[in-house]
Amino acid sequence: MSSPVIVYVPRETAAVSMGAHEVAEKIAGLDSVTVVRNGSWGMSWLEPLIEVDTGGQRIGYGPVAAGDVESLVAAGFLQGGDHALKVGPVADIAYLKNQERWTFRRCGLIDPLSVDDYRANGGFKGLEKAFATGPEQVLEQVKTSGLRGRGGAGFPTGIKWQTVADAKGEQKYIACNADEGDSGTFSDRILMESDPLTLIEGMAIAGFAVGANKGYIYLRSEYPLTRRVFAKALTAARESGWLGENIGGSRFSFDIDVHIGAGSYVCGEETAMLESLEGKAGLIRYKPPLPAIEGLFGKPTVVNNVVTLGSVPDIIALGGDAYANYGVGRSKGTLAFQLAGNIKRGGLVEKAFGLTLRQLIEDFGGGTASGRKIRAVQIGGPLGAYFAEQHLDTRLDYEEFAKVGGMIGHGGIVVFDDTVDMAEQARFAMEFCANESCGKCTPCRIGSVRGVEVIDRILANEDREKNVNLLSELCDTMVDGSLCAMGGMTPFPVRSAVKYFPEDFKR
Amino acid sequence: MLLMAVQNEEAKTVHEIATVFGARPEMLVQILHAFVQRYGFISEEAIRQIASEVNLSRADVHGVVSFYHDFRTTEPGRHVVRICQAESCQAMGSRELTSHASRQLGIDMHETTEDGQISLEPVYCLGNCACSPAVMIDEKTYGRVDKNRLDSLLQQCGGRS
Repeated sequence: MSSPVIVYVPRETAAVSMGAHEVAEKIAGLDSVTVVRNGSWGMSWLEPLIEVDTGGQRIGYGPVAAGDVESLVAAGFLQGGDHALKVGPVADIAYLKNQERWTFRRCGLIDPLSVDDYRANGGFKGLEKAFATGPEQVLEQVKTSGLRGRGGAGFPTGIKWQTVADAKGEQKYIACNADEGDSGTFSDRILMESDPLTLIEGMAIAGFAVGANKGYIYLRSEYPLTRRVFAKALTAARESGWLGENIGGSRFSFDIDVHIGAGSYVCGEETAMLESLEGKAGLIRYKPPLPAIEGLFGKPTVVNNVVTLGSVPDIIALGGDAYANYGVGRSKGTLAFQLAGNIKRGGLVEKAFGLTLRQLIEDFGGGTASGRKIRAVQIGGPLGAYFAEQHLDTRLDYEEFAKVGGMIGHGGIVVFDDTVDMAEQARFAMEFCANESCGKCTPCRIGSVRGVEVIDRILANEDREKNVNLLSELCDTMVDGSLCAMGGMTPFPVRSAVKYFPEDFKR
Repeated sequence: MLLMAVQNEEAKTVHEIATVFGARPEMLVQILHAFVQRYGFISEEAIRQIASEVNLSRADVHGVVSFYHDFRTTEPGRHVVRICQAESCQAMGSRELTSHASRQLGIDMHETTEDGQISLEPVYCLGNCACSPAVMIDEKTYGRVDKNRLDSLLQQCGGRS
C-alpha cells in the first residue's frame, strides 16, 4: 500500500467564505487522501486554493468549489494532473515569488496548529535565543531592527518596550491589539489563522524583554473563525510547554488570555482598547500618561499590533540587522500590504518598504476586478486619504506618504473604479465617524454630525462657496481639537476627496 | 408564572456565566457576550441581574451595553444577516446589495422580518476585503456575495426570496 496523498485545504476566513469547508469534506471522502487544513498563503483571489503534495512539490488548484472535485479527480489531480484550475507549483506563482516574506513566511506552508511543523520551520528559535542572551539583548535587537508599530501609528517598537522595561512596578502586561477594524485590512487575521504560534512566541518574547508574565489579546468579534483557530493554538502551545509555567524549560512563565471586542471601531485605538479590556465602554483616555507607564489596570503595558509582535521572533532569531536590511530610510523592514476592494488579485503582499503604489496595484493586483479604469485608492483604512491616478507612483514608506498628506496605516489598500461617487465616500467618512465616535471629545462627536450636514448642503447647492469653506474649517477643528485619530483623521478622506475629485461635489 | 420561570432561568444563567468568568467587573464585556450568545439580546432584567453579579450599578452596565454595537437590547430574528457597509465592500457594490436585501426581505437595516426569521444589520468590515462584498450570517462569513448568491443564502434562512 502506498501512503496517502496529502492535500492541503485552507481553514482561513477568505477560503472558508468561498467554500473551503465543503471542498475539504469532499476531498476527505476520497480514497488514500489525507487532508491537512493549512492556513492561507494570502492569495485570496485563488481561494479556496488547494494543494496536492506530489512528493516534494505542492501543486496548486484554485479557486476550487466543491462541485469541481469530481472533475479534479477525473483529471488525476492527486498526481498533479492538468485541469483548468491548475495553477502549478504554488511556490512558483509570481504573486508569491515576488514577495519578501518575513512575518508571514510560514503562512500557508504549515499546519497552523502543529507545534512540530512550527518548530521544523524555525519556530521558537527567537524565544530560545532570547532566553540565552537575556532581556537587554532582546531590547537591543528590536531597536536595531528599526521595527515600527504596524497597527498604523508607526511608533518605534524598541523604544516602547524600553519604556515599559524601565517603568517601575512588579506587574506589567503585554496587550496585543487584534481589533483590526480598518476596511481593506486582514493581515492580523491571516497571521492569527495561518501561523498563530508566531504571535504567541512574539508576545512571550515581549513579556520576557520587559518583565511581564501576562498577555492579553483583544480580538474583534467579527472574526469568529480566528477566535476558534487561535484558541486551539493556545492549547497546543500550553500542552507542548511553550506557554504557561517555565516556558520551553526556562525559568520564565507567561500566559495569554483572549478578550473579544464587541463591534466598536474606536476600540482599535490603544487607550479605548485598554478600557474595553477592563470591561468598560471604550472611551479614549487622555495621554499622558502613556500606556507604557500606566496602561492596563494602571500598570506599565506594551500595546502592540498583531503583525508587530509577529515580526519579532525572527528579528531575535536572525538579528535586528537582518530585518533592517529591508526597507528604505526610516521605514525599515517589510510591511504586509493588503489589496482589497475593486481589485483583480486581492490578497496579502508582504514587501520591503519602498515599492510604489502602482507596482502593488498593477503588478501584484492586476488592476481592477471590473476591468474599468482605477479612479481612487484609499490607503490606511477609513481614516486614510483617497488618492487619484497622479499619486500611483508614490513610494510606499511612512515618510513619503506623510508628504502627500496620507498615511500607510495598517497597510490596507482599497481600490475603486471610475463608477465611484467621491462625494458619497466623503459623506460616508463623516457618517462613520458619527457612528463610531466614543463621544468623549466634542470635535469628533459633534463635528462628524455637522460634517454630514454640511456635505449634504454642498451637494444640494445651498450656499455652495460658504459651505465648502465651512467644511474646510470644520476639518481644521477636528484635526486640531480631537483627542485621538478617530476625529483627528476623519478629515483626511474628506479633504482628499474634495481636493482630488472636486467635480463630484458639483451637481 | 411563565414570566417568573423565565426570569429565574435567566438569573441562574447570569450567575453561571458570571461564575465562569469570575464575577469581576473587568469581565463585563465578556459576560455580556456570553449572554448574547445564549439569548440573542440583553433584556432590562438581565442588566439588573448582571449588575448585581459583578457588583456594578445598573447605570454602569447600561452604559457598557449601549456603547457596543454587538449588545442588542431587542430580540433578534432567528438568523442575523450582516452586510458589510465599509469601503472595500462599497467598492464592489455593497450599497446595491444592501438595497436588494432590503427589497427582498421588506425590511430596512436594524429591522426584523415579520415572521421573526431574519434580522438585517450593518457591519463595518468582516476582514474579508479581498473577496468583497462580504456578508455574515449568524457566525459564518461569505465572500463575493452577488444578488444571486444572497438570494440563495436568504432562502436557506427561510426568508422570502
